[in-house]
Amino acid sequence: MSAHHLAPPRLSLRFFPIWRRHMLVWRKVAATSILGHIADPMIYLLGLGYGLGSLLPEMGGTSYMVFLAAGTICYSTMNSASFEALYSGFARMHEQRTWEAILNTPVTLDDVVLGEILWAASKSLLSGTAVLAVAWLLGLSHSPLSLWLIPLSLLVGLCFASLGLIATALAPSYDFFMYYFTLIITPMMLLCGVFFPVTQLPPLWQGVSAILPLTHAIDIARPLMNGVAPPGMWLHVAVLLGYALAGFYVSLVLFRRRLAQ
Amino acid sequence: MNIVLSTQNLHKSYAGQAVVDGVSITLSKGECYGLLGPNGAGKTTTLRLMLGLIEPDGGNLSLLGHAVPRHAREARLRVGVVPQVDNLDPDFTVAENLLVYGRYFGMQDREIETRLPALLEFANLAHKRDVRIPALSGGMKRRLTLARALVNDPDIIFLDEPTTGLDPQARHLIWQRLRELTAQGKTLLLTTHFMDEAERLCHRLAILDHGRMVAEDSPRELIAQHIEPQVVEVFGERVAAWAQEHAAQYSKRFEVSGETTFCYVGDAQPLLAHLQQHGELRYLHRPANLEDVFLKLTGREMRE
Repeated sequence: MSAHHLAPPRLSLRFFPIWRRHMLVWRKVAATSILGHIADPMIYLLGLGYGLGSLLPEMGGTSYMVFLAAGTICYSTMNSASFEALYSGFARMHEQRTWEAILNTPVTLDDVVLGEILWAASKSLLSGTAVLAVAWLLGLSHSPLSLWLIPLSLLVGLCFASLGLIATALAPSYDFFMYYFTLIITPMMLLCGVFFPVTQLPPLWQGVSAILPLTHAIDIARPLMNGVAPPGMWLHVAVLLGYALAGFYVSLVLFRRRLAQ
Repeated sequence: MNIVLSTQNLHKSYAGQAVVDGVSITLSKGECYGLLGPNGAGKTTTLRLMLGLIEPDGGNLSLLGHAVPRHAREARLRVGVVPQVDNLDPDFTVAENLLVYGRYFGMQDREIETRLPALLEFANLAHKRDVRIPALSGGMKRRLTLARALVNDPDIIFLDEPTTGLDPQARHLIWQRLRELTAQGKTLLLTTHFMDEAERLCHRLAILDHGRMVAEDSPRELIAQHIEPQVVEVFGERVAAWAQEHAAQYSKRFEVSGETTFCYVGDAQPLLAHLQQHGELRYLHRPANLEDVFLKLTGREMRE
């Protein structure tokens, strides 16, 4: 690894034409995409919510459906950004050689990576907003404070887009992403309080949960859905931002190294 | 500014292996310059160094008056690139590909749209404007890639094997377009391993082998300097035995490659008269060309 790979990111507004490119591709499949963003979380929310919820009197002081709604929104924003950063990102970097085409113009790799992160986060924003809207329609939240979940979706998106790009930068092929989903995303879903409170976990696993970003997202989202200001919110925001910035830097260094070959 | 690109003593190694080893090239405005070399000779790496996409281990590089790689971004504003492997956006139409690409140069949509008709005309793709990429033939994709490289009206265009994989009709159309570009005063730098392409298009060219420039001149001068003017290719099953006995007597230099013997001669008449008496051997008499120079300088061994 040479020194210029480790240089801090040089940011510019040149990421915007890249974001617009991704947007133009997405617009061609928007209907299917939005349906997908809503369908998957809805299956969890309704399936588990009604099925399991009928057996559980309440959880965390609310009905199980209400408890599940906040977790589902966060986990679907995590998924949107992760899928975009891994599968679509890899297609653009490797298979379609879109990055190669872009890098022959005055746009730099730093711009390309920033564009990827902001685009993946935009999809999280869309997905989080869509699921929130459905949660409202189902009467699972009545508080205007829950609208803060919209900017939160963007933040969660930035965090998981950046982390996901680390996997993309290391991936030899699509098969590699199985590891990321099996070893990182799925445990995150089970350890971070999507389906049940983290306090149900053994102490050791509660400790693990405390350092995972999705836990901090849910710690912000769940009180807001119930109309309560989240305790310790700025710490949670700082953790998510920290993961986003660290992920951006690490993935950028890895991409610089990979593309210098 | 007459000097468009100049490199001095460029070096680049990967894992201790020199891939580009002392390349010095100067290109003037309006020139078409060719980089020839077997696979793995360092042509594409040289191109990537010139574009500032990778850092050289040594040497100096200036592109359109900008020091590269430090100011590569500024230089690339005025550069077009036709890559070796197609990287058009498969989700987009022909026109959308040009529009989206122009935006990377900071161009306004209106500005790009003004240029669109001429670009489509240049690529013979006016009738395919709203067709998506997967529906285009290989030749159409190449022409679109060339048009895309012109969207910012560049001063210099880098072309990495621009006609590889194309049929003769498609190649001739690309050649015609490239000549039009040099006539307009654009500078071209192309890599190729088609000798006829280099001979037709390039004012000057360099032959690269193992990252080193082994020769540089105009195609005509290279042939005049490095090779005898006439070639007689002799074929047939018994050619090896014939070559051992007679080839040296009738040619200045000869090479046996499989069932063909290449005889390089100043005057072909004595050899031709001799061959006419050996009815079992077929032969082809032709002027020496760039391929002969290339094979002489880089050898006949396969490069993998």
